Amino acid sequence: MSITEAPAGKSVGHSLRRKEDPRLITGRASYIDDIALPGMLYMAVVRSTEAHANVVSIDTSSALGRPGIKAVYTGADMSDLLAPLPMAWAPPGVEIKTPERWPLARGHVAHVGEAVAMVIGDDRYGVVDAAEHVAVEYEPLAVVVDVEQALEDEILVHESLGTNKAHEWTMGGGGDIEQALADSEVVVERRIVNHRTAGAAIEPRGVIAEYRAGGLTVWSSTQVPHLVRLFFAVQMGISEDKVRVIAPEVGGGFGGKLQIMAEETLCAWASKQLGRPVKWIETRSENMAVSHHGRDQVDYVRMGATRDGRITAFHANIIQDLGAYFGLLTPMIPELGAFVMTGCYKIPVVRTDITGVLTNKFFTDAIRGAGRPEMTHMLEVMIDQLAEELEMDAIELRRKNFIPAADFPYETPYGITYDSGNYEAALDRALEIVDLDAFRAEQASLRSQGILRGIGFSTYTEICGLAPSRAVGPSGFGLGIGLYESAIVRVHPTGSVTVYTGASPHGQGHETGFAQIVADRFGVDPAVVEVVHGDTAQGPMGLGTYGSRSLSIGGVACAHAAEKIAQKCREIVAHNLEANPEDIELRNGKFSLKGDPDQGMTLGEVAGCAYIDATNMPEGMELGLEQTLIYDPSNFVFPFGTHVCVVDVDAETGKVRVVRWVAVDDCGPAVNPMLIDGQVHGGVTHGIGQALYEQVVYDERGQLITGTFLDYALPTAEEIPSFETDRTETKSPSNSLGVKGIGEAGTIAATPAVVNAVIDALRHEGISYIDMPLTPMRVWQALEEARGRGDGPRATEQGVSLPPQGEGSAGSGPTRPEGGAA
Amino acid sequence: MGQTVPLQVIVNGESHESEVQARLLLVHYLRDELKLTGTHVGCDTSNCGACTCLVDGESVKSCTVLAVQCDGAQITTIEGMAGDDGALHPLQEGFWAHHGLQCGYCTPGMIMAAADLLARRTADGPISEEEVRKGLEGNLCRCTGYQNIVKAVQAAAEAQRGVTA
Repeated sequence: MSITEAPAGKSVGHSLRRKEDPRLITGRASYIDDIALPGMLYMAVVRSTEAHANVVSIDTSSALGRPGIKAVYTGADMSDLLAPLPMAWAPPGVEIKTPERWPLARGHVAHVGEAVAMVIGDDRYGVVDAAEHVAVEYEPLAVVVDVEQALEDEILVHESLGTNKAHEWTMGGGGDIEQALADSEVVVERRIVNHRTAGAAIEPRGVIAEYRAGGLTVWSSTQVPHLVRLFFAVQMGISEDKVRVIAPEVGGGFGGKLQIMAEETLCAWASKQLGRPVKWIETRSENMAVSHHGRDQVDYVRMGATRDGRITAFHANIIQDLGAYFGLLTPMIPELGAFVMTGCYKIPVVRTDITGVLTNKFFTDAIRGAGRPEMTHMLEVMIDQLAEELEMDAIELRRKNFIPAADFPYETPYGITYDSGNYEAALDRALEIVDLDAFRAEQASLRSQGILRGIGFSTYTEICGLAPSRAVGPSGFGLGIGLYESAIVRVHPTGSVTVYTGASPHGQGHETGFAQIVADRFGVDPAVVEVVHGDTAQGPMGLGTYGSRSLSIGGVACAHAAEKIAQKCREIVAHNLEANPEDIELRNGKFSLKGDPDQGMTLGEVAGCAYIDATNMPEGMELGLEQTLIYDPSNFVFPFGTHVCVVDVDAETGKVRVVRWVAVDDCGPAVNPMLIDGQVHGGVTHGIGQALYEQVVYDERGQLITGTFLDYALPTAEEIPSFETDRTETKSPSNSLGVKGIGEAGTIAATPAVVNAVIDALRHEGISYIDMPLTPMRVWQALEEARGRGDGPRATEQGVSLPPQGEGSAGSGPTRPEGGAA
Repeated sequence: MGQTVPLQVIVNGESHESEVQARLLLVHYLRDELKLTGTHVGCDTSNCGACTCLVDGESVKSCTVLAVQCDGAQITTIEGMAGDDGALHPLQEGFWAHHGLQCGYCTPGMIMAAADLLARRTADGPISEEEVRKGLEGNLCRCTGYQNIVKAVQAAAEAQRGVTA
């Protein structure tokens, strides 16, 4: 349970109640759809019903004649745009074939849901009615949805590119992979499908744009307001000083709102034409179709080892389904995972081959974890596969290959330097909580009663805190902009504080956590520190919230800015007490004299000198207490931990139930432990969702089968257990707070723990591996096959007929696991 | 635009008389006509429960109810949960104290569904974790993993029974 106050100057480390919550629990928050402007019009989008087609004609006349309709626009009307929608990754030396993506189709559509026209009118319901009256004639083209079939280039998603293979990217380290595998005493291989999922924030996306007197204001449910502003300057030719982007209360993101949205441009452009504000609120069906998806890889993985369990080589050949176009980061996602290909282990020779492939589906991009869950899944599943092959305990195998705590900082074969780690400690703590001997006894006894219980481990590390600018920016990894974070700390004349951050939260609790960090540097109560975010007209340029980066970059920026002001405070106090600044320390909420704490000044008293009576300021010192700061760290951060999943499998129905979850995470020192637990709970639930329930499914014609929450199964309270969380604490040397990110860790850790647990429950049945999602149908079919009854007709939960074994793809319909009963 | 129909409702204790389109959804009536924007739309198919409010004391998903179906009804939304003096309802207090929310978008619906769950409960004694999880399975949250929502509802139940947690 949270607390309401902490000792002055010592709030960090305490589970303070969130400052955000009062408005949220009373219905007083303003999300995008809660905002209404005078004269505001509504937009509805006409979307392609075809997965691949030429657009022959669009007849807008009937729609235009309907009551309240002000305009209907098509792609042809928007020829004045200066640039297509952006993809922001241009790695030096790598060719990427990028299909142009315009906000409205220009004669050709390549996925279901692609926008072909927009309808603007004065009534929310009226524009939807009118959109039904826009007649679009399509000339259907051949459709390719299977990623491996697309690679054959028989059907092209974009004729103009001449191929569906958009890019290839290879990273190798430590030597020749084929030689290393050939030299290995044991090699295990798997084809692992990491299927397509949705971000599925409960608040869909939404935009309001108002163009007035040469200036543009855009409210958008976004994770990246400053990037949206930057892009508007490029695309519409309005200089940045005249563009203001505001992220209001944002109802969850999970990467799905780390995007430059087509609809942002549509609203802004239409507002410019019509001289009135234009609002668009996404329906859930639109959200499932055209808010970017995640994952969707087919992975061919090989792991080599010695007989006594030393991993010698690891190779992943990743075929990434990119979809029909690129979002902001689409082709970069699997590469981000590759940076932690070796996970917690010393693996001497590694290689990652990535092939990005276009298909007639919506594009994939960053969803919670972004590349790292896929890579961690491969690695942690393969560790268990290897353990089975070696007839070795999977925990012993992990320990044997862990990077020892004494070896940090540790440079991986890819030249990435892990900042800090103590993997043994996290595993030990998890085992203490779990009591494995008791579990094995219970497992055996339950099995004799017909209950199949299993346990699965995932010992992960991941790369986050996305920065530093030199490493990731245009001349480094090739992102279109360096990643840093900004802060302004402003002490007011009475001693309260406003903090402006370039991070842009959507549930994480920055208003509380950042306030704790700043408050401690001034000895004040976090209640008097207000954190402002998400408005480009208020704060400095910032990069936003994603990649578990806010605390370790944005939070540290706030800390450094506050520390600079605190130093100025010490100088002012020293001047007033006729002492040395080095002799002034924060004690009991005052900047006081060492050894004589009664002599001192509160922040309010110091602010009085700086703003009200300048005669109390040291000679020549600038008035005011304010600091702007851009923080660019020296390295990424690498949180780690051990997650343990216990499942029960119902052999009669194939239903899997998670009955226990132990999570020991290490994200450095805690700013607010309650917020960490919340991130872990939600992150793991996201991973359990992918492992057991969630899947975006297209049929062979490219029609989206999972277009609503009726068909896309998010986990409910009933399916999720209570989590047993604990932490170890290993400081990061990458930043002065020693902190690491925690927003994605649970999601990254979770899926292999679930799969390993299910296999542990079924291994005695002769089942070694099943691809996610482990739906009742799949698990039951694997059991039927293992028990020699697998000849019946195959179907999926959605009734789509299945391809033959081992030929399914990641997102084109549920996949038969390779050797379901291997 | 279709015909309009007279509608008389009491929302959070206040009486309203309106002429509304027959097809107007209750959630849009509350949000767009009465400007009570605390009730949210998340899925349009009554799966997520973000739009949950109480109609004559029972929880309904207001994205799947026509406003005109509520003629003569008493409606409570999240804005009506705190006392006139601003004192938080035990559920609001529970969600705050136990970190039962992150982005907050599902929270009003969760609180209203939980209010119905607790009101319908006839059993004595503390409410079990299982009972809360079953009772809230019609409301989706993508942020919290539900654990702290369960704790929040249990704490509210205890507070309502006059037990301090």
